[in-house]
Amino acid sequence: MSFDDWMLALHVLAAFSYVAGVILFWVLVVAVRKTDTPEGTIRMEPVAKVGTAAVGIGAVGTIVLGIWLAFRLDSYAIWDGWIIAALVLWAVAGAVGKRTGDEYTKGSTKAKELQAEGHTGPSAELLALNRTQTGLLMQSLSSLVLLLILLDMIFKPGA
Amino acid sequence: MTVIAAVRPDSWNFPLFVHVLGAMILVGGLLAGAACLAFARGDARMLRLGYWSLLAVALPGWFIMRVGAEWIASKEGWTKKGVPTPTWLDIGFTLADIGGLILLVTLIVGGIGMRRLRSGAGTGLLRATLLLSVVLLAAYVVAVWAMAGKPA
Repeated sequence: MSFDDWMLALHVLAAFSYVAGVILFWVLVVAVRKTDTPEGTIRMEPVAKVGTAAVGIGAVGTIVLGIWLAFRLDSYAIWDGWIIAALVLWAVAGAVGKRTGDEYTKGSTKAKELQAEGHTGPSAELLALNRTQTGLLMQSLSSLVLLLILLDMIFKPGA
Repeated sequence: MTVIAAVRPDSWNFPLFVHVLGAMILVGGLLAGAACLAFARGDARMLRLGYWSLLAVALPGWFIMRVGAEWIASKEGWTKKGVPTPTWLDIGFTLADIGGLILLVTLIVGGIGMRRLRSGAGTGLLRATLLLSVVLLAAYVVAVWAMAGKPA
């Protein structure tokens, strides 16, 4: 395997890490919709951290190695339409993903506040925060953008 | 790989998309399942969430990945009789099929663990499910590396 092959393999592995992290968040999004206790909400935090790490490694790995490959390989150029589209979509996915995280962090923060106050039972307010419609919309949107990136990477329109 | 990607016929794109999407769902389901099982600390709800991630996400992902694999392999002509298959494809098929069997065992072991969980037991079996999930995750990372890097 050449150095370029290694870089391509790591780029693809980074993409897998990104999508795997988003899928993990989908599992949490579904689970947290039925969670109305501070303990149940807080218990999901370590799992969310795994997702954050996977998305972070994936986001950085895909962009750094992707740009490197675009400059390095003769068959691709950074100004190719499908590469520019991928860069734009990557930025959108990052921004939307951050917004998703912010929305679901509200529930987690509330759960910690409730626990600090000694409130351990179900809370309607916490359930409402965990069922955030904005968060669900943002999560759907970021998944859609990632799907578009995958389609773009495979079909390479205009290449 | 670069040359292959550059000259890949358009008719190969959709089967490849199905294959890659399935593989991503599989890896995502395994990551979610393993993370939930690892951090459950005996909590029945988290253990169930981990198991269901494997059953409802990773398993369908495996099927989509495997169907896509057969489809793209036949499109590329690797499934014809007498055609020697490259190492990267052998690695991919071997890990996909053995991984599928291990996933099945994982789900059976986890399923028994889930049943026993109702009577307060089964955490040992779910720990085994976690261990198998991590092994599968590692195996599929190697498979992705082989598929993408295509070692000679």
